[in-house]
Amino acid sequence: MPTFVYMTRCDGCGQCVDICPSDIMHMDSVVRRAYNIEPNMCWECYSCVKACPHNAIDVRGYADFAPLGHSVRVQRDEEKGVIAWRIIFRNGEKDMTLLAPITTKPWGKYIPKLADETEPSQEMRDSQHLFNEPKYIRLDDGGLHTLESNGLKLKAGVYY
Amino acid sequence: MAYKTIIEDGIDILVAGAGLGGTGAAFESRYWGKDKKIVVAEKANIDRSGAVAQGLYAINCYMGTRFGENNPEDHVRYARIDLMGMVREDLLFDMARHVDSTVHQFEEWGLPLMRNPKTGAYQREGRWQIMIHGESYKPIVAEAAKKSADKVFNRVCLTHLLMDESKPNRVAGAVGFNVRTGNYHVFKSKAVIVAAGGASNIYKPRSVGEGAGRVWYAPWSSGSAYGLLIGAGAKMTQMENRIVLARFKDGYGPVGAYFLHLKTYTQNCNGEEYESNWWPQLQEMVGKEYLDPEASSLTHRPIPTCLRNHALINEVNAGRGPIHMITMEAFQDPHLEEIGWHNFLGMTVGQAVLWAATDVDPKNENPELTTSEPYVMGSHATGCGAWCSGPEDISPPEYFWGYNRMTTVEGLFGAGDAAGGTPHAFSSGSFTEGRLAAKAACKYIDDGKAEGIRISDEQIEQRRAEIYKPMEHYRVYRNEITAGSVNPNYINPRQGLDRLQKLMDEYCGGVTVSYMTNDKLLHIGLKKMKVLEEDLEKIAAENIHELLRAWELKHRHLTSEAVMQHTLFRKETRWPGYYYRGDAMKVDDQNWHVLTVSRRDPETGEYTMEKAPCYHLVEA
Repeated sequence: MPTFVYMTRCDGCGQCVDICPSDIMHMDSVVRRAYNIEPNMCWECYSCVKACPHNAIDVRGYADFAPLGHSVRVQRDEEKGVIAWRIIFRNGEKDMTLLAPITTKPWGKYIPKLADETEPSQEMRDSQHLFNEPKYIRLDDGGLHTLESNGLKLKAGVYY
Repeated sequence: MAYKTIIEDGIDILVAGAGLGGTGAAFESRYWGKDKKIVVAEKANIDRSGAVAQGLYAINCYMGTRFGENNPEDHVRYARIDLMGMVREDLLFDMARHVDSTVHQFEEWGLPLMRNPKTGAYQREGRWQIMIHGESYKPIVAEAAKKSADKVFNRVCLTHLLMDESKPNRVAGAVGFNVRTGNYHVFKSKAVIVAAGGASNIYKPRSVGEGAGRVWYAPWSSGSAYGLLIGAGAKMTQMENRIVLARFKDGYGPVGAYFLHLKTYTQNCNGEEYESNWWPQLQEMVGKEYLDPEASSLTHRPIPTCLRNHALINEVNAGRGPIHMITMEAFQDPHLEEIGWHNFLGMTVGQAVLWAATDVDPKNENPELTTSEPYVMGSHATGCGAWCSGPEDISPPEYFWGYNRMTTVEGLFGAGDAAGGTPHAFSSGSFTEGRLAAKAACKYIDDGKAEGIRISDEQIEQRRAEIYKPMEHYRVYRNEITAGSVNPNYINPRQGLDRLQKLMDEYCGGVTVSYMTNDKLLHIGLKKMKVLEEDLEKIAAENIHELLRAWELKHRHLTSEAVMQHTLFRKETRWPGYYYRGDAMKVDDQNWHVLTVSRRDPETGEYTMEKAPCYHLVEA
């Protein structure tokens, strides 16, 4: 482990293989189902668990310190923009459900396409400004901070 | 070999690595270079890659100038004292004056930022941190990068930078391989922005066996930010500034929100406050300038993180462990309890798994804290990385060679973990550094500095042979033995990693020696590091996945050697609590209030070390 795949739920779609940041979710060539090829490089990041459309991937805590019998399950719903967790303790005394928003806006729609923005002026290029600045720093008036504007001077050596 | 060679030519800006730094670089490049060809190479999938892959529950660097909270110089003061006086203040100030615009954009893109219902400002958990629901932080910023880049190559692990053959010390692109198809990828580019990751797993972790991947920083952060740059002969700085984290034991769950927002605190096994007992002795070691508890409580100037580690480490060594986080009080409030759990689920699920598995309910039981193994990185609260040029309106001559965030190799830029001396950038700061590097890289190209780049087929072929050598080696020697992984002619990547971790742990101040080292140990360590380098020439990869691990290990090895060289050079204990030089325990401002800079000759592997002045912009 730590992630593992239930044989009866996995249909070999490969979404976990596509997303795993550690390159450890692979397809078994015989049964054509996904599995974790290198548990000791798994971070329990849950990227594959969240990506699996069949809830076929689960996590069992690391064997070097986590006893068996617990459960931390997750459902990530992009359309509704929410993520739901359910945590069940080993002794069954705690069973928690927690909900959180994952985005406040539809995917991608509000991210500007910078190729469509007006070409930056030479003045802008020569300045220290980045895209949308200085407006986006203070979201009102006022320029960018400089040493002079903030009354600072360079000084070398020991200084606390 | 049957792998295809795929050449991407005519690139203007190649972004190496697409975590928060790389996504920032790709995004901003498009604004300043509308007609430029921008290409991203990422060894995982850009949607979930880098240290923020699993999410983040806080943005740890936000000034809040708009709400009248902080100015950039306040952040410089804070980072400087936290790093015991040693930061690149020009780069820090520059990042800090831009970081708010990055965060305001994130909110506009849909990242849920929490707000304080009374003030209307973003909900603070500390002076620099704001709280977010950041499970989808990475996918959101990945959208921005994908919209800006011409092409994103997922699953391409870059191993080397290409160098220009018409002009010495100028970059010309990069090469690597696809970790799924095995194909060889060549990127010919006028400028390269390295935004790859810092180094986890160079020290033996506390976790063992199946759990070895349960480390604080992502196990896929393989030191490529340093391996790529050192391999190309770029100057590096502050590589001795490794970081040790105080975290919840075994799960490595973050403590920031617990301390700052939930107002939890620590006690030793006897239920006593212990930190302040260590201050008098420690003050003698570091001087009143860095540790003045009275002044700290008056001015709210925090006690440096490493010194608080020192107290924890020494208390445990004195036999008064474990150290407990007192959560039982805060967790009686259902709202705070929920935040405590969300904090893990949004960024370190493993901690929630651990508590569920061990029946530790922080409402009824105070969990244990411990210190982690060391990490080498440049974006969290530590400043390893390349020696970069600063911005023209701020930097003194020694810090300025024309283009913001350009390394000492022409056309090669650094952001995030790759830019040195700029700690406390975290996620938003890394994205901002990527943006700054992107603007400078566009200017570098527009100024005609990248004209006439030449890359011979010979260079490309040479790198190709080098990259696949571990697979070739495996093929040649595999059948000399019956079965299994013990072979007299090679080691596999896991065996090599185990050796590297043991070596770093024992000789360069890891966990098992209580972070202690000295001149003699470092010399032995460096000797063993050279021998390991010889064995890495004989590393064997059974398949493409192992080839990925082999190259990650080589980058980790280059990083580790730099850490040892720097630790040997700086003959003082600048950051007690992160590491100790047993033969030079005191902070020595007389001789060492300087930045350390190294260069590894790419041809000979020889190191040259130098000191660089530490300039201050900001009054105390």
